[in-house]
Amino acid sequence: MESNQPALRDIGPAAIRRPRFKLPPELGIFGVLVAIALTFELLGWFLRGQSFLGNPTGLLIMILQVSEIGLIAIGVTMVIITGGIDLSSGSVVALAAMVAASLAQSSDATRAVYPGLLDLPMALPVLAGLAVGATVGFLNGSLIVRTGVPAFIITLGTMVSARGLAKLYTHGEPVSTLTDSYTWIGADANPVIVFLGCALFFHIVLRYTRFGKCTYAIGGNPVAARVSGINIQRHLIIIYTIAGLLTGIAAVIGSARAQTGQSGMGVSYELDAIAAAVIGGTSLSGGAGRITGTVIGALILGVIASGFTFLGVDSYFQEVIKGGIIVVAVVADQIRKQKKR
Amino acid sequence: MTDHDSRAAQAAGDAILLGAKDICKRFPGVVALNKVSLFIRAGEVHALMGENGAGKSTMMKILAGSYVPDEGELTLHGRPLKLKTPRQALDCGIAMIHQELNLMAEMTVAENIWIGREPVNALGLVDHAKLNSDTRALFGRLRIDVAPDCLVGELSIANRQMVEIAKAVSYDSQVLIMDEPTSAITEREVEHLFEIIADLKAQGKAIIYITHKMNEVFRIADTITIFRDGRHILTRAAAQMSPDGLIAAMVGRELNQVFPKEEVPIGEVALSLRGLSRKGQFRDVSFDVRYGEIVGMAGLMGAGRTEVMEALFGIERPDAGAILVDGKPVTFRNPRQAIQAGLALLTEDRKKSGLFLGLDVASNMDIAVLPNYTSFGFVRQKRLAADCEDMSRRLKIKTPSLEEVIGNLSGGNQQKALIARWLLNKPRILILDEPTRGVDVGAKAEIHRLVTQLARAGAAIILISSELPEVMGMSDRVVVMHDGRVSGEIRRADFSQEAILTLASGLTLPAALAA
Repeated sequence: MESNQPALRDIGPAAIRRPRFKLPPELGIFGVLVAIALTFELLGWFLRGQSFLGNPTGLLIMILQVSEIGLIAIGVTMVIITGGIDLSSGSVVALAAMVAASLAQSSDATRAVYPGLLDLPMALPVLAGLAVGATVGFLNGSLIVRTGVPAFIITLGTMVSARGLAKLYTHGEPVSTLTDSYTWIGADANPVIVFLGCALFFHIVLRYTRFGKCTYAIGGNPVAARVSGINIQRHLIIIYTIAGLLTGIAAVIGSARAQTGQSGMGVSYELDAIAAAVIGGTSLSGGAGRITGTVIGALILGVIASGFTFLGVDSYFQEVIKGGIIVVAVVADQIRKQKKR
Repeated sequence: MTDHDSRAAQAAGDAILLGAKDICKRFPGVVALNKVSLFIRAGEVHALMGENGAGKSTMMKILAGSYVPDEGELTLHGRPLKLKTPRQALDCGIAMIHQELNLMAEMTVAENIWIGREPVNALGLVDHAKLNSDTRALFGRLRIDVAPDCLVGELSIANRQMVEIAKAVSYDSQVLIMDEPTSAITEREVEHLFEIIADLKAQGKAIIYITHKMNEVFRIADTITIFRDGRHILTRAAAQMSPDGLIAAMVGRELNQVFPKEEVPIGEVALSLRGLSRKGQFRDVSFDVRYGEIVGMAGLMGAGRTEVMEALFGIERPDAGAILVDGKPVTFRNPRQAIQAGLALLTEDRKKSGLFLGLDVASNMDIAVLPNYTSFGFVRQKRLAADCEDMSRRLKIKTPSLEEVIGNLSGGNQQKALIARWLLNKPRILILDEPTRGVDVGAKAEIHRLVTQLARAGAAIILISSELPEVMGMSDRVVVMHDGRVSGEIRRADFSQEAILTLASGLTLPAALAA
């Protein structure tokens, strides 16, 4: 009665002891991205006689446009993995952009927010923007952890208040005429470099560090995480602060690229960021999600927007279709996951 | 009031390793622990027993840092110990295997075991190779056969429990608390666990062992402590206690340990399985169940018993074979159809697939029966409430009220509430998958009595259990499964542990044991 067979049997085919080749889970959603791009390519030939993908400038512009959403989505991915959510990102973009821009005005500015603080070295407005983002993030995390109120409600409150603060900051006046050193951040392909750099960094953190594993643990089973000795409160505060920081980076890049700071910036960015994360395979119930998936999710949103513009589709109609594509992409992925079980 | 046998204390000879003195812990509406003291010595296996709700798990959670006591103090090696978080307890050398499995299903076995203390390389990144090899080494030492890179969610409950055990051992702590570690594993794994415990004991570690199983206590425990209703009742050397004395102390009254098996008239065939198969799970399963009969299903972990029941109940579709109810072939596309045909299924893991932990007892009970009480879309509350109250009284469910959140009830009472859920439907065929897992002695006997009553009332019952005494005590016949196939059927007259275990291991019965 020494046979080991019963124990091995119920582990199932997945646990064979030789090193097994596992298909990366992002393959499915990458396939969706390719499918959508190819669809636009075909439609482009049919309807306009032009190649959608054959235009490198167009592709670069597309990735540029998703860089801001993408940066926010990285932070939101980590927040969702822990089982939380962050609705405040869009408003924080506005607030951080306003503050950063107000410190980045050049002496040519006709309406200076701080007449005494013109032509400041670019590092100052950048740090200010990041600080605003990180501070709001820290506030989110602390409130969620100390009050026990669900993240949805707390970040909803921050979302509303941050937008109000952004409007209050200059009583609705846009902040313009920014220094060249600041707007350089948004020039050429710099936003893409920042986006992909952050994506790579946090991908490594999530997959290869203790911090990353604890993040998955907290979302996967908070009780188990606690009894395993993880300091959940401290960890969550850090996660939300990071999400805020990334939102700050997005704000800096956005205001640099647009060469202005306006209180109306970032509207519904949080929803796009969450959509990118969910399309990319992040589970809203927590415990699962990958940065690589989120990047693909952001690209899918970018391809859709670019593709429709390329085809000359009415922008209102675009919104209608975009929502539908998001649902279809996630359902397709779900079905594939179900079949695998 | 308390009964610490000082002779036993001196006989153990060692100094007190971990002490708890006059601990009080209150929750809204209930005093969980009332001036309870407990003293653990190095190198001893200290069994902690008592009915559910006696305060055992609460006490252990205080020792493991999950709860902070309202009053009282803890000592470690004689020095005062203040624990505010599980991390502190782990750092002080106290590790715990919880009754409810605390694992992250989406992460691998290795990640689960070393979470929060993963080996890192020079760059500060997790060293996955070492993570897996450390796990293999640990499993090798403990002779556990699970792949480190397997997702915990893919493992059976029994294997998950082995992973939990390995995880607790890996902390190399001085005190190891085990809360019902054998509730989800079968005889062979239990033996294995006992070997691990003996090893740890030899290393001078202390083990606190919470269990309801009499035979386990007398096999491995050096000292026995009994709690009842949040109070310490007695602590005595195991050698000086008898099973009856134990039970009497636990329930405060004499209890008949013997399973109340009655002879019940057996009627027509209620349910027939013919050649039921499902790829990768079970093959060619055939047997009958008659009205009034209790058919036990025995087998080792992974034998496929639960999977067969899931196919029966419409949760999964079999690939081949037939199911006949009252002689007529049926296909259940979903559980609702099975319920309408008169079946009921009490699942194996109530936390995972039975309870709505956040809802009250009444909602947990009436969920499956709502259509019967609904007219024009509205639920007839009064009739429903009355029937729930009646059922709760019949099953003696211990709860302040039916509005109490079911998560606050003890395991035994949660199980009874789930049984009530099914009984409200008046099922003709009842499938019970490990109905007394994690249930105390008193509630267990009540559940057994209940099952017998149901058989007497004419229901056909399938009872899956990994506890041989339970299977043998309750059943008229036992169907034994091994590796997805039925390896044999044994009639009550021919019951023996050896026969059942032989068939469960896939061996053939020698002529002497065969029916």
